[in-house]
Amino acid sequence: MNANPFSLERKTILITGAGSGIGRATALQCSAMGARLVLVSLHGDKLSRTAELIGRDDTECYPVDLSDYDRLCGLVGKLPELDGVFSNAGIVKSLLAKFSEKNDMEQIFQVNTFSHINLVQQLIAQKKLKRGASIVFTSSMSGVFAGLTGGSLYGATKAALVGYTKALALELAPRGIRVNTLHPGMIETNLTDNTALSRDVLDEDARNYPLGRYGKPEEVACAAVYLLSDATAWMTGTKLLIDGGYSVK
Amino acid sequence: MELEDFVVEFADQFDETDPSEIDAETAFHDLDEWSSLIALSVMNMVEKKLGKQLNFKEMKAMVTVRQLFEYIQSK
Repeated sequence: MNANPFSLERKTILITGAGSGIGRATALQCSAMGARLVLVSLHGDKLSRTAELIGRDDTECYPVDLSDYDRLCGLVGKLPELDGVFSNAGIVKSLLAKFSEKNDMEQIFQVNTFSHINLVQQLIAQKKLKRGASIVFTSSMSGVFAGLTGGSLYGATKAALVGYTKALALELAPRGIRVNTLHPGMIETNLTDNTALSRDVLDEDARNYPLGRYGKPEEVACAAVYLLSDATAWMTGTKLLIDGGYSVK
Repeated sequence: MELEDFVVEFADQFDETDPSEIDAETAFHDLDEWSSLIALSVMNMVEKKLGKQLNFKEMKAMVTVRQLFEYIQSK
């Protein structure tokens, strides 16, 4: 019996969107579970802060815009072989369907979907994934388990990751590589800070969650650790929902 | 954009309210059709047409269409 099946000791894990929110919280939790980390974020200063909070000399940091395909390919070339990938970078846009124009669609799909797919394609092509590795995408409750007003494009980008995961899980299974999606409900992060919604509207919305509040990045981080660890060695192609019971209603 | 054009754009966010019911002095929160959905629609319109971002708190603080327009101009 393994004393701690959730341990990430001797694992090297790549985390994107590691400068804040769920990405930073997951970096800290993975480090606490023993992982060596490779962190990526668009924002170098925020990334440095995450590394500082981790406080380990072996953390690698890459301030890279993953929507720039050439830079993404260059980044993958520098990476060590990986035991885990938490593909998490994303943006939120609160836009009604009638205002969701071509350029909005291109922007949000580029960050929330295409960059993730490009990253995985390069990781496979450049042979950076170890046998038995785990890939976790940050999808969302929105677009998969529930619809949110103003979230049609956002939901579509997150649902696309589910479709991608199904076939990817099949293709990578022969090498024991697992692929799963994580589906958080509304989480208190800087994404909620940046929304057009004011604090009182957010507080009112939080009361729609049976558990009475929005989630915390640390709580999503624990779910990410679960999927990245050997505890889920027989899980692939699945959707892990963490939404305070929102979609039960 | 001038005030009169803004009033037309503002009124265009409503589906059931006749545009003739809305002018610069309309206290828009009192309109029957006003809702958080229409508010988001106005906010999206302002971002698209005027390149300015509004939040719900700012929308709540405005009373008339003119006041909203002048506030946006001052941002």
